[in-house]
Amino acid sequence: MNLLAAAKVAYRSLRANKMRSGLTMLGMIIGVAAVIAMVAVGAGANERIAAQIASIGSNLILVIPGSTTSGGLRSGFGGTPTLTMSDYKAIGRELSAVRYAAATTRSAAPVVYGNMNWSTIIQGATPEYFAIREWGLAEGRTFGPEDVDASTKVAVLGQTVSRNLFGGESPIGKIVRIKKVPFTVVGVLESKGQSMQGQDQDDTVVVPITTAQKKLFGTTHIGTVGAILVQATDADSIQQAETQTVELIRQRHRIGRGQEDDFSVRNLSEMLSVAEASTRVMSLLLGAIASVSLLVGGIGIMNIMLVSVTERTREIGIRMAVGAREKDILLQFLIEAVVLALTGGAIGILTGVGGSKLISYFAEWSTVVLPGAIAMAFGFSAAVGIFFGFYPARKASRLDPIEALRYE
Amino acid sequence: MAVPVIEVDRVRKVYRLGEVEVEALKDVSLAIGTGEFVAVMGASGSGKSTLMNILGCLDRPTEGAYRLDGKDVKELDKDALARIRRKKIGFVFQSYNLIPRMDAQENVELPMVYDGIAAAARRAHALDALRAVGLQERSHHLPSQLSGGQQQRVAIARAIVNTPSLLLADEPTGNLDTASSDEIMGIFQGLNDERGITIVLVTHEPDIARFAKRVLRFRDGQLIQDEPVADRVIYGKGRKT
Repeated sequence: MNLLAAAKVAYRSLRANKMRSGLTMLGMIIGVAAVIAMVAVGAGANERIAAQIASIGSNLILVIPGSTTSGGLRSGFGGTPTLTMSDYKAIGRELSAVRYAAATTRSAAPVVYGNMNWSTIIQGATPEYFAIREWGLAEGRTFGPEDVDASTKVAVLGQTVSRNLFGGESPIGKIVRIKKVPFTVVGVLESKGQSMQGQDQDDTVVVPITTAQKKLFGTTHIGTVGAILVQATDADSIQQAETQTVELIRQRHRIGRGQEDDFSVRNLSEMLSVAEASTRVMSLLLGAIASVSLLVGGIGIMNIMLVSVTERTREIGIRMAVGAREKDILLQFLIEAVVLALTGGAIGILTGVGGSKLISYFAEWSTVVLPGAIAMAFGFSAAVGIFFGFYPARKASRLDPIEALRYE
Repeated sequence: MAVPVIEVDRVRKVYRLGEVEVEALKDVSLAIGTGEFVAVMGASGSGKSTLMNILGCLDRPTEGAYRLDGKDVKELDKDALARIRRKKIGFVFQSYNLIPRMDAQENVELPMVYDGIAAAARRAHALDALRAVGLQERSHHLPSQLSGGQQQRVAIARAIVNTPSLLLADEPTGNLDTASSDEIMGIFQGLNDERGITIVLVTHEPDIARFAKRVLRFRDGQLIQDEPVADRVIYGKGRKT
């Protein structure tokens, strides 16, 4: 008996028990669909993390002012303005492991255009900021060092701000007022989407840092900055860049051995790789839980095949009497189990892909259906069919034809 | 006597039922030649079913030899026995034993499916066999749509479709009324006369045994009588009383 004929026989006997076959398949469908959907959710989370890493900029170190002790009172991190423009310049100029450094300062303020207004984060920055954050332009230009030197009143808008103040109109060349100070819009940034903390990164306006300090916020100490962003030359030199930065600033701030730093350094890439690792664990876990339902589906198949073998004992006896070999009977029942598993698997794949789309749509959680996961789920359902079908099939093939013919 | 199809040589068969040993056949010897039509008679427990199982290669003797077409089946493995059942033996059972999901033609095709014969050839052979039992018009009826006599005719078609040298029938008329029984026996006689198929038939009805040419009687696992049928009935020529 060839495989095709056996598959036909299998198909017919499954169709003879539609309800039962359907319910058995449901187990496989749920199992496969769960694996595919869960792997898709995990892959989506991974992709999101990867996108966030890219949106922050690669190989980044963040230097922020640290705590100082004055009069026995210790301020928290960033509490006192200890970093200066000259620190920033020194880091960018002197350190071998550093590609760029950018000084930034930020504060919230309303931006007004015509009769529209929008409260947003005003980011004072040096021109390297755009390169470090790998933030391209949607239109117009950014500002250069000359704008920082001359404290020109130019602004680069984030997408959210541009949309809220200008709608569909191009803001280039238009005048916006930030704290009543008029700024000329010279550029609009590309969209970056949400940050890892869920903040809208596009809800910002970037202006030259000197302009922000002198015209908008003022500073208690002239020349201090909110933070310095440092980009290492490559991924391998992040550690080196961090060490060099710490050494340089300690030296510049004349901090002696054993004394506490008055600044603090954060390695952002490291934070993100931790986040990435935990997402990976999560997707593994989701996949593992889903695999359990696949296993349960397989047990369902074994159960129903055992029932089927018992029910069809007489049929098996007849087949043996007319000349079926053990092998033929084994193959018939094995193929029945595999057909069950694969049909369930195929429907499960469709359900899983559909389910992933629904999750993306309703939970606003990006899901990525990997072709590898589909292939794996399909292969796995075939394996489940063979594995859980083998025992019942063997039981059928080992029946004694005389006993089987006598069975009522 | 013609060349023996069946040679049973001092066969013993012992079953174990838990602790008890049951001797179903005690030292039975017999020979059946090509073209014979033999009725095996005996009360239940006389060992006739055990003999049929051995003759049909569904079971093997505990002691002694069974030669089918001169070949001792003792030396054959399970697959070879399955091959013999497929090629040389046709079975007809009391309860027809058709597969309920399959129509008449598919049931008849079944032995050929395991022989790897192509679908078109299978269909042609199956229709031939159904024609031989007068059921070509019902080839697409399911067993449940056929009468008992018709179901048994489908079973006979299935038994002869591979042109076996031996047809074994175990109480083939046991579930049928007299008219249908006679019809079935007529078919057997036709197959025996026209095709020369050797037939061994188990029955406990003397009326049925009279359709055969030779009667073997069993009691307590032993062959006690072996004689030709004196007043043979020929189907279609009326029953003698």
